Amino acid sequence: MNTIGKVSGIIANLVIVETEGTTAQNEICFIKHGDTRLMAEVIKVVGNKSYIQVFESTRGLKVGTEVEFMGHMLEVTLGPGILSKNYDGLQNDLHKMEGVFLKRGQYTEAIDVDKKYEYKVLAKEGDQVVAGSWLAEVKENWMPHKIMVPFTFKGEYTVKSIKGDGEYAPKEVIAVLTDQEGKEHKVTMVQRWPVKVPIRAYTDKPRPFKILETGIRVMDTLNPIAEGGTGFIPGPFGSGKTVLQHNLSKNAEADLVIIAACGERANEVVEVFTEFPELDDPRTGRKLMERTTIIANTSNMPVAAREASVYTAMTIAEYYRAMGLKILLLADSTSRWAQALREMSNRMEELPGPDGFPMDLSAIIANFYARAGFVYLPDGDTGSITFIGTVSPAGGNLKEPVTESTKKVARCFYALSQDRADSKRYPAIDPIDSYSKYLEYPEIAEYLNKTIDENWTSSVFKAKDILLRGKEAYEQINILGDDGVPLDYHIRYWKSELIDFVILQQDAFDKIDASSSLDRQYFMLHRTLGITEREFHFDSFEEIGPYFKRVINALKQMNYSNYESDEFHKNQKELDKILGEQEEAKSEEESVEA
Amino acid sequence: MEKDTKAFQRVYTKLFQLTKATVSLQAKGIGYDELAIVDGRLAQVVKIMGDMVTLQIFGGTEGIATNAEVIFAGKPPSLKVGDDLAGRFFNAYGDPMEGGEIMGEEREIGGPSVNPVRRKQPSEFIPTGIAGIDLNNALVTGQKIPFFADPDQPFNQVMAMVALRAKADKIILAGMGLTRDDYLYFKNVFDNAGALDRIVGFINTTEEPPVERLLVPDMALTAAEYFAVEKNEKVLVLLTDMTLYSDALSIVSNRMDQIPSKDSMPGSLYSDLARLYEKAVQFPDGGSITIIAVTTLSGGDITHAVPDNTGYITEGQLFLRKDSDVGKVIVDPFRSLSRLKQLVIGKKTREDHPQVMNAAVRLYADAANAKTKQENGFDLTDYDERSLEFARGYSEKLLAIDVNIDTDAMLETAYDLFNKHFKPEEVGIRQEFVDKYWKRN
Repeated sequence: MNTIGKVSGIIANLVIVETEGTTAQNEICFIKHGDTRLMAEVIKVVGNKSYIQVFESTRGLKVGTEVEFMGHMLEVTLGPGILSKNYDGLQNDLHKMEGVFLKRGQYTEAIDVDKKYEYKVLAKEGDQVVAGSWLAEVKENWMPHKIMVPFTFKGEYTVKSIKGDGEYAPKEVIAVLTDQEGKEHKVTMVQRWPVKVPIRAYTDKPRPFKILETGIRVMDTLNPIAEGGTGFIPGPFGSGKTVLQHNLSKNAEADLVIIAACGERANEVVEVFTEFPELDDPRTGRKLMERTTIIANTSNMPVAAREASVYTAMTIAEYYRAMGLKILLLADSTSRWAQALREMSNRMEELPGPDGFPMDLSAIIANFYARAGFVYLPDGDTGSITFIGTVSPAGGNLKEPVTESTKKVARCFYALSQDRADSKRYPAIDPIDSYSKYLEYPEIAEYLNKTIDENWTSSVFKAKDILLRGKEAYEQINILGDDGVPLDYHIRYWKSELIDFVILQQDAFDKIDASSSLDRQYFMLHRTLGITEREFHFDSFEEIGPYFKRVINALKQMNYSNYESDEFHKNQKELDKILGEQEEAKSEEESVEA
Repeated sequence: MEKDTKAFQRVYTKLFQLTKATVSLQAKGIGYDELAIVDGRLAQVVKIMGDMVTLQIFGGTEGIATNAEVIFAGKPPSLKVGDDLAGRFFNAYGDPMEGGEIMGEEREIGGPSVNPVRRKQPSEFIPTGIAGIDLNNALVTGQKIPFFADPDQPFNQVMAMVALRAKADKIILAGMGLTRDDYLYFKNVFDNAGALDRIVGFINTTEEPPVERLLVPDMALTAAEYFAVEKNEKVLVLLTDMTLYSDALSIVSNRMDQIPSKDSMPGSLYSDLARLYEKAVQFPDGGSITIIAVTTLSGGDITHAVPDNTGYITEGQLFLRKDSDVGKVIVDPFRSLSRLKQLVIGKKTREDHPQVMNAAVRLYADAANAKTKQENGFDLTDYDERSLEFARGYSEKLLAIDVNIDTDAMLETAYDLFNKHFKPEEVGIRQEFVDKYWKRN
């Protein structure tokens, strides 16, 4: 019997409910407003008063309205059919909603319950299983989707019976399991899980030890993110956050991409909705949308559901991770999520922390990032969630609570710089301010040196050093004037420009350059570093820029041509020719001296 | 505001609490957001605690007595929508300023948002004749974009000009804290252009209480939704000035004892602004709502909470700046941005548009560097001199807000300037376009 209460106070989407029965923190309840039911979540309980945040507008709501408490927290439905869906923050299928405008109190089924799936059995009768063990497999789009023992099952179970290969709908019983007391439990393809609780159906969560290829040079080469790692991208508006995220979802070497569009522009989400179903997935040759799920809670959708949306996305990611898949989870933007927390905390009249954010903001962010990771599953397989969140710092100032709290927990920092964006150096990731803590992990360094090249990490640090020295030289040139510094300063500056233009900058809209494979990145870094190690001879500073521009152009043309293609080699010859000019100049000089 | 007291409505006459902006009283069966009339003034329910109802009075509480008459309307703020709206000006409550009645259906203002999967990707170019906008920052139907301008800049004039040239089916003006002079200016300009039948205005002038402003954009956007959804019309909404609107938000939140966040603005500023701006939409059936707003800055500071939050919500921004070299107000090509321009330029406009646009801005940037060099006393090269010459021409003939030509003419003008000062290899646009469009003398 569910607890029933009555509305006794309303302040915007904070509603106070008086009840005689039991209620729990984060319990879901429904307010019976007219002929609709408005969903809400308990966020505080004082005596017989429960404070609930309503996921919808409370317009017209009256004191005395009946509220029914559901006895469970905010849950998502997990089962085949989640891929390619566009959900709102509460996992309502946006396509199933009627009309152009979102109607209040409209909730839809998250998966297609009538659809039959081609089913292949994996377990057999008598098998010992635990939560997360794989029982069967169905085809979801083209991906194998594991049917697992529900995560809510505690302890060991025995498979009493399981259906053989065939076609079944998600809610049909496919197996019966007996627990240690001999009690029988029916299992379907669908299970439910509370979003705010991490799914821990894994045996171990080691430190990440390999990198996730993204195809983006400035990330993979200079500041790689680990598979199962965490990163964040702060950046002022107009610095290219969105393009970078789209490019990541297209090219990163993940099995699935889950995007939480949290409190951002609707037209940007529309762009994803319009383009992803058309875009070819460079990794499988199919459509990108087939391995993507979008949780869209745009800035004009209810604020409380915005807070839920990132948890919904994370829980779906955890579900697929338990199937042994590599998940890339992107949240844009975590600042909007933090603002949703602030609005609620404000209405509850809590004592505010810095900038009016709740005091536990840091802890909330840390707990959330901690749900990412690389895991070993009960059957020995591995799965991972790599999480990258964006932060929209107020006024572009990185000394604000959301950025600072995130910086404490995320291991990669990709600083988008306004200066780089203004000079169209995309992706505008600042090479000097950004970092990847994973480069300091001995297991990652070992992995990189083993899979790419034994001197890889030292080459990367060398490239970073050249960039830093180039920046210093540039500052000197700016202060003292072009002819006020030794020629060497100009050369040093142009060597860093070489790395900037060839390695850091990448054309997200070019078919070939948009993504660069690791061996190609290795080749280009070595080729470029090789040039920076050469000695150059110039008579005046005016010769230096034009010469390096030609070198850069030849290397850029290589970036624009297919790796190892005829055109690639042709451009490489052109580069050798340009470099040869210096050799000639040098030998001429030497012969004169002699 | 006329009182239409109905038989079942209860009249209350005992106020429990009075503050500068709110009154509280005991009342039963009241809905959240519901309207009420307190001593003849419009008010809205902002808080209900048991049987204690708090009302925010839009016109302020000056002179209201504890025995003031309170009548609840039983409904949230609404607007009567119909073709009757066209050609008329209204106050913040949606009552015609010249008096009279509006025939039409009553709609709640601040209605629900569009399901994102039902939106269409914006794809229709809005020419304005101003090259600083059309050439460098093309506008698209369904876009939302503000002018970031200091109060002394002629943003209202530019906006009126843009509105009249934009070939919209309806132009809806939402004036918040508009001076009476500016209100009359808009009215005259629209009248002189013979466009009054396409105009709907919702006006709160500086003579009226600031809190009333909070209703204005919702009124305007409700009217816009009517024309865009029901009539499939292309609607252009002008919001001026959103900084003054935000000021009203901060006044209310302050009087309700809320904890302020950055720059004394309420913590919900982002959501409050996004709720309005996100009404910009391209509907699948052809109707659209495009929002052009004004956010006034103080001393060009875009890190202030209002422009900063706005920048994260809108699809770009247009920056006005006085160019002292040519003595004209220009649309700054560096700080302005239209995020949706790539959906139309080179597609709905001539193929070479993106390349010409980028080349001209790049050369203008070279001129800016040359200028810095000059100011620091370094010698200028011949290229520097030529780019400075180019910048003057570019500023005067293209960036200035008094330019009114079509996009083809803008591109021709750009080529003329290139030809006068540069060689094709210095401009760096694709050879194919140089051959086709660059008329060399």
